[in-house]
Amino acid sequence: MTELLTEPDPLTIDGVTLGSRLIMGTGGAPSLAGLGAALLASGTELTTVAMRRYSTPEQGAPGGTNLFELLLEHNIRVLPNTAGCFTAREAVMTAELAREALETDWVKLEVIADEHTLLPDAVELVEATEQLVNKGFKVFAYTNDDPVLALRLEQLGAVAVMPLGAPIGTGLGILNPHNIELIVSRASIPVVLDAGIGTASDAALAMELGCDAVLLATAVTRAQDPVRMAQAFKHAVIGGRLAAQGGRIPKRRHALASSAMDGRPDL
Amino acid sequence: MTTLKLNGAAHPFNPGTTVADLVTAVTGRTLLATGQAADGGRLGVAVARNADIVPRSQWAHSRIEENDDVEIVTAVQGG
Repeated sequence: MTELLTEPDPLTIDGVTLGSRLIMGTGGAPSLAGLGAALLASGTELTTVAMRRYSTPEQGAPGGTNLFELLLEHNIRVLPNTAGCFTAREAVMTAELAREALETDWVKLEVIADEHTLLPDAVELVEATEQLVNKGFKVFAYTNDDPVLALRLEQLGAVAVMPLGAPIGTGLGILNPHNIELIVSRASIPVVLDAGIGTASDAALAMELGCDAVLLATAVTRAQDPVRMAQAFKHAVIGGRLAAQGGRIPKRRHALASSAMDGRPDL
Repeated sequence: MTTLKLNGAAHPFNPGTTVADLVTAVTGRTLLATGQAADGGRLGVAVARNADIVPRSQWAHSRIEENDDVEIVTAVQGG
């Protein structure tokens, strides 16, 4: 594959430098081998995992039991999540199990309100963030696209805020770009657009809006060709980042000729 | 027969069984006294007993008691 002709543009979270601004999730991949290939193609250096009961492969583990080793092999940093937790109590317990199992104090804090919307429960999220920060965790807070809540989470000590583009798994893209822009403009910690990404242009838009990184899973793992889609996202994130830095032209209501009208020949 | 609850299912155990013994039984990996895997790899496992975390360093000393509720968890695909 052609090398990308860009300067290194690392993302720093909690003092750790990541070479890629694409954070991957691992949910929804039909096989561990296929997942590994997609993760490599994405160029990601940080990837989420869920914490579940240990079950041997013969028992039909939901995600296989070798995922941790797969990530270690590929030098991908692991970001345990608290997916499936409905209360602060469950989320804190899950984070503690993850810290013990995976030897990291990083946690993607996800406290959802119900299984139908999978939307974050703001009250429990705030409570869990406070508790986890007090226990020394580095909290990546998965949150609604609410600028007020995002700022609250930062004030409570989160190391990154991760507003959703749209509900988890919907692929609806970024439903409220204005709010994402507002969150970015007020945040002094990294903003990671998380959830709702459907295709490459959604990820590019997130970066153009000023997000520091994008987190996605389903858009790759359930794509018809996950490796190709992972490559698409790798490029889209870089493209969007460059566009944000490049400074887009203002939108105008009427056309503006790019060729001068002076000096036209008489025809 | 004395039983405990292991990952949600009733499970018989012999007196003197430790948390470390359960982890070895479930994962098939031999453990050092520190709770690290003897094969030098990363185990990637955590244990909660009756909703309290049992730190890795305590596994070899923590004896299972009747009706203990033990959860052994690891990283799986998600998020």
